[in-house]
Amino acid sequence: MTDEPVLEVRELRKEYRVRTSRAEAVPAAGSALLGHAVTRRERAGVLVAVDDVSFSVSPGQSLAVVGESGSGKTTVARMVVGLERPTSGTIMVSGRERSWRHVSSRERRRRAREVQIVFQDPYSSLDPRMSVRASLDESLRLHFDWTRERRDERVAELLDQVGLDRRQANSLPKALSGGQRQRVAIARALASEPRVLICDEAVASLDVSIQAQILNLLSDIRDATGVSYLFISHDLAVVRQVSDAVLVMRRGRVIEAGPTASVLSEPSDAYTKQLLAAIPRPGWKPTLSGS
Amino acid sequence: MNVLEINHLAVELPVEGALRRVLHDVTLSIGPGEAVGLVGESGAGKSMASRAVIRLLPAGAVVHGDIRYSGDSVLAMDRAALRHFRTHDVAMVFQDPRAHINPVRTIGDFLLEALLERGERRDDARAAVIALLAAVGVSEPERRLRQFPHELSGGLLQRVMIAAALAVSPTLLLADEPTTALDVTTQSDVMVILDARRRERGLAMLFVTHDLELAAAVCDRIAVLYAGFLVEDAPAGDLHRNLRHPYTAGLLASRPDPVAPRPRLAAIPGRPLSAFEVGAGCAFAPRCAFAVERCHLERPELRALDAGRVACHRAEELAGQLALSPTPGGGE
Repeated sequence: MTDEPVLEVRELRKEYRVRTSRAEAVPAAGSALLGHAVTRRERAGVLVAVDDVSFSVSPGQSLAVVGESGSGKTTVARMVVGLERPTSGTIMVSGRERSWRHVSSRERRRRAREVQIVFQDPYSSLDPRMSVRASLDESLRLHFDWTRERRDERVAELLDQVGLDRRQANSLPKALSGGQRQRVAIARALASEPRVLICDEAVASLDVSIQAQILNLLSDIRDATGVSYLFISHDLAVVRQVSDAVLVMRRGRVIEAGPTASVLSEPSDAYTKQLLAAIPRPGWKPTLSGS
Repeated sequence: MNVLEINHLAVELPVEGALRRVLHDVTLSIGPGEAVGLVGESGAGKSMASRAVIRLLPAGAVVHGDIRYSGDSVLAMDRAALRHFRTHDVAMVFQDPRAHINPVRTIGDFLLEALLERGERRDDARAAVIALLAAVGVSEPERRLRQFPHELSGGLLQRVMIAAALAVSPTLLLADEPTTALDVTTQSDVMVILDARRRERGLAMLFVTHDLELAAAVCDRIAVLYAGFLVEDAPAGDLHRNLRHPYTAGLLASRPDPVAPRPRLAAIPGRPLSAFEVGAGCAFAPRCAFAVERCHLERPELRALDAGRVACHRAEELAGQLALSPTPGGGE
């Protein structure tokens, strides 16, 4: 490993064309569904979801992107993994720039070995007809030219890493709980041995007691594999637990960035302070945010 | 007299021809003007319990036990009495306002419906809901009345729902995860408004949530549900000082702290059981670090302890130990 950043994003921008002039009224629920954050109107018909976002992630580092709905955090994640095409700006992975012209399937697979993503909803992100074992094996067949024995070995290793047993390996997703499914999603993402794992609200829909298990698991995996995390979340408490550095986004822009410990103990931006003040904790009382 | 009294409530639902128990044993009372937080993870039965209060359960549900509103049995009410109870005495705020407000009718239609139904004059009703919208922090209330739900953000729409609940001047408010779908800053705003309006009207509230800290901040008492059982009921101010039930302690320790992170979260091993999955003994025993043989064999009764109630065989011996002992982390 070198100190060269494994992921470097410069001046990233994403615009969406919109038909109506009432851009601000696009319901948050719909935009969350598409993974788009559309709240900011710049000029008629164009929404700027992500505006001049730059950051870098070193090997083994965990960078959190935090913000509320409409902040553009999910759009950033989708561009890094290649699900959205940036309007402008560059994304470099392992020192190589990602182009959006004529991406062959071979190139897509190569990219998938570098960056993987775990989504929020463990109920919709797995193939309902595939057992856990088949799902992991499929990813291995796609990415590596291995024998069956070698793949079986690796599947066992992955299952072990995420804390799933043999019985669960042969189950279909419907037989698993939300926490178990999220373990499967993590194992599947790790199968291609990516250098960067994007967690897009990966613990947001889990029960508190399960969320704690998954956060501990993510921390163990980072220690064991040296994978880097790009951790997208709305939850500052979760971010504090899993990241070394943090980027606070609002309306497509980065409003504060720095080491997580210092940003969250001494936030300099008024909005970061507001976000922090809004988290229920012992002795907390709700206050008007003034936004 | 208590506004609401729930006695040994149990609910069974028909699943594939057989009855399945979704709520085992809930005993809870709410005094006038009192706010009680009903806290639990998914499958604990918290929504089922709050819906049972207004008999809003799926078809075929079998309810055992007793629910009394101001002394009257809700389960014994005939159609007319139930209708009066639902339209005059109790109001409900749901998690997703978009799913509970008619999308093809205006906000005005939605807010006025209940009042007009009760025979109020249109002008009076209109003036009342405009005042209410202003009171819950909705700007330009007159214009909002002409708008449709899709034109409002989630936070604004939830305030409309709260205004609708307050419009009927109920005595009891049932709030089922009213802020779960909202951003944290919006959640904080909505809670401030809900809390203020509730207090000035002396409204009693059953606040259903998965967020123990949020419930502790806005409620007088906290009732914790696990797998269909009420396992603890304690004054909200006592929650962090005086841990009585290992499950409550585990929930508190599972949540990361934004200011003082722990190197490792004290996760509760295993997953939350659904009510129909529990066997004999304490429902939490399979995940409890303090379980002894008795816990697996004998179901603990909910009994008075200090200022609250707890269902744990070892509550007294564990006093003072819970916060300090990390539960061993583990898989599911």
